[in-house]
Amino acid sequence: MDNAIVATHPHTHETAVAAEHEHVVLPQHRHHFETKEQQREAATFGMWLFLLTEIMFFGGLFFAYLLYRNWYHDAFVVSSNQLSIPLGAANTAILITSGFFMALGVWAAEVQKKGLLVLFLVLTTFFGVAFLGIKAVEYHEKWEKHHIPGAHFDVSQFINPQAYGLKEKPLAPDMAQKTQVFFFLYFAMTGMHAFHMILGIGLLFWLTWRANRGEFSSGYVAPIENFGLYWHFVDIVWLFLFPLLYLINRHPGY
Amino acid sequence: MSATHTIVNLPDQRTATIPKRNYLNNEDGLLSWLFTGDHKRIAILYLISITFFFFIGGAFAGLIRLELLTPQPDLVASDTYNKFFSMHGIVMIFLFLVPSVPATLGNFLIPIMVGAKDLAFPKVNLLSWYLYWIGGLFTMAALVLGGVDTGWTFTTPLSTHYLNTHVVTAATGVFIIGFSSIFTGLNFIVTIHRMRAPGMTWFRMPLFCWSNYAASILMVLGTPVLAITLVLVALERLVGIGVFDPTKGGDPLLFQHLFWFYSHPAVYIMILPGMGVISEVISTFSRKRVFGYTAVAFSSVAIALFGFFVWAHHMFIMGVSNYSALVFSLLTMLVAVPSAIKIFNWAFTLQKGSITFETPMLYAFGFLGLFTIGGMTGVFLGALGMDIHLTETYFIVAHFHFVMVGGMLMAFLAGIHFWWPKMTGRMYPESLSKLAAVTTFIGFNLTFLPQFILGYLGMPRRYHAYPPEFQVLNVLSTAGATVLGVGYMLPLLYLGWSLKYGAIAGNNPWQATGLEWQIQSPPLTENFIETPVVDHEAYDYEWLAHKTAQEVTTVG
Ligand code: HEM
Ligand SMILES: [Cu+2]
Repeated sequence: MDNAIVATHPHTHETAVAAEHEHVVLPQHRHHFETKEQQREAATFGMWLFLLTEIMFFGGLFFAYLLYRNWYHDAFVVSSNQLSIPLGAANTAILITSGFFMALGVWAAEVQKKGLLVLFLVLTTFFGVAFLGIKAVEYHEKWEKHHIPGAHFDVSQFINPQAYGLKEKPLAPDMAQKTQVFFFLYFAMTGMHAFHMILGIGLLFWLTWRANRGEFSSGYVAPIENFGLYWHFVDIVWLFLFPLLYLINRHPGY
Repeated sequence: MSATHTIVNLPDQRTATIPKRNYLNNEDGLLSWLFTGDHKRIAILYLISITFFFFIGGAFAGLIRLELLTPQPDLVASDTYNKFFSMHGIVMIFLFLVPSVPATLGNFLIPIMVGAKDLAFPKVNLLSWYLYWIGGLFTMAALVLGGVDTGWTFTTPLSTHYLNTHVVTAATGVFIIGFSSIFTGLNFIVTIHRMRAPGMTWFRMPLFCWSNYAASILMVLGTPVLAITLVLVALERLVGIGVFDPTKGGDPLLFQHLFWFYSHPAVYIMILPGMGVISEVISTFSRKRVFGYTAVAFSSVAIALFGFFVWAHHMFIMGVSNYSALVFSLLTMLVAVPSAIKIFNWAFTLQKGSITFETPMLYAFGFLGLFTIGGMTGVFLGALGMDIHLTETYFIVAHFHFVMVGGMLMAFLAGIHFWWPKMTGRMYPESLSKLAAVTTFIGFNLTFLPQFILGYLGMPRRYHAYPPEFQVLNVLSTAGATVLGVGYMLPLLYLGWSLKYGAIAGNNPWQATGLEWQIQSPPLTENFIETPVVDHEAYDYEWLAHKTAQEVTTVG
């Protein structure tokens, strides 16, 4: 009978019980997984794949950025000078801090310390919100300076920068038009990033609530771990955005 | 293991009843379906939904053909006609072709084929189905509110500036459907990597799993690019950002790059799962292991990877440099190689097999013929000079219908007929189903062969009126479409009939080897009572004969 395809397997008991729909009382163990280990691996693998799709999602924007940066180099240099390095740097620092607390949170879950986990999650949330606050300040500034693409946008400040007190190289009118492309991409990329932060903060509230009920203090840490991956991913995207948008090729216009 | 080394889920053929307990009757009521986590039930939900949208898309095809019956624009005005073919395209591509095989058959079969109790993430799976519907409703809303006339490609600046239609609504719909397919792909990949039963090695996996695996890679990597592109289109329309708008410094070519980066691979998202079906069907009805199993498996993955490097062949006439056009032209030819490998391997499988012509096999033969023609005309189009002459003519329309309708739809129908007994526990009337297969084949050729000629003669696509000398061929095509329509309606009728009156199928009516055929029909909610241990290759008919002999002695 060695050829029998469907043979008894070590997990017989567990699965047979599941089959009767009296769920096995393993905490958080879903009946279609053979073992908790398998379940955890699947969740982590799924999360990595999801992040891969996120990379492709942002990848479309990065592709656009690189293409246009190449074509409209001068406009991009002038426009990136309009972004505030101090605010961008502050944001970078804040986001890294938040990521640091998230990492500590994962650790706290793994060593099953409920109080610490909740604390770290709250701190992660706090710095995440601080990041968005600064972003709001920056967006407001863009509004005041007429840097928001569309009807409100003021091209003339790049055609005749002196009149506006800007120390930039004047651009030909058609190149000056292209500054809009930069600002559009700035808003699309940072906006998409901020949107991911907002989703993340929503999830953080939910995870904190569950952590507070003690759900992740008994060895079941997959949600925390996987959320940690997501949060680090969002950090990393910013670590690309900051130099691309704010830093590279920044030099005085003359 | 020794003494308890039993075959469970034994066939019940002799008692000839539907098993008392199965996934269909395990729980009752609409809500138990709407909140189910069972991959098989979700597959059925998809099957119903996809069929629904297919017939909506088909209705538009009918309207298009009706208008083209005469050279004069007598049925509808040109902008209405534009809306017709746009809706036809959008519905058929995003709501039918992309999800068809993966979301129905893939959902139903992949966990069973790898010996798992469910997909890795049942809730995500259900979520995909809801996203499919939400996206579908957006698309329908765009239609009801006044339509879209960009074609399914949403080409800028047409879509962003010049049309006053519901592009944003439709794009939102497609965006949401995109996430549905991302989640399906993600679920398949994780399940295949992490949930295979003991002994189910990669190279013991049925080719259906391989091809869906390859398609899933494309879904996971390609769809997000489409999603972001549609976000940009919507933003451009809504707030006038200028990323594709030349007057603001943007460039419509960027849209083309981003769109085709998804949409060329998308062609393989549509066709690869169908190829998986064909491998299963051909193997079963010639009772042979697919010739060159490994080559067929790897060629799926090769198609997936190459598929990402050929997008610019859609842009030959839109100003890519000569140099890159040449490179993309060559790459396009290259991608034909793995497809050809598959065709040859199927041919070799048939050559030495003992062939029988059950209904699924008829559809599979239809696939082979039509897909080959479609594929070869694709190579024509990949050749630079030819493309410039034929692009935007009916030659293109014929080409992609041969590949996608002749290929994918035939494969889908082959698959539905092949696994119907497993899904429902019932057989369908054989003569009717064969009639339907033949009708479809004839109708198909009558519809689309004339379109090759029309295109060659220079009839452009996307116009609702044409010079009178093209009328004969157009009348033929419309007649063919009518026959084809009948061919599609028939299965709806007899499959529906079979649900109640069909003969009991038993576990393995085709004497096939896959794990899915070793369990009861319809299966239990948990698929396997005991986790299977696999110790033989896919399509091992000797093993099957051996096993069947054993069963006779085991079932007392
Ligand atoms: C009865 C069968 C069908 C007929 C008669 C038919 C007819 C047509 C025609 C005439 C066009 C071209 C419109 C034009 O460019 O001027 C078209 C476009 C298209 N068809 Fe079909 N079709 C049929 C079935 C299908 C099916 C089953 C699918 C997919 C599974 C499909 C997918 C498409 C797509 C994607 C387009 C492109 C739309 C566009 O140009 O934007 N068709 N069809
Ligand atoms: Cu292509």
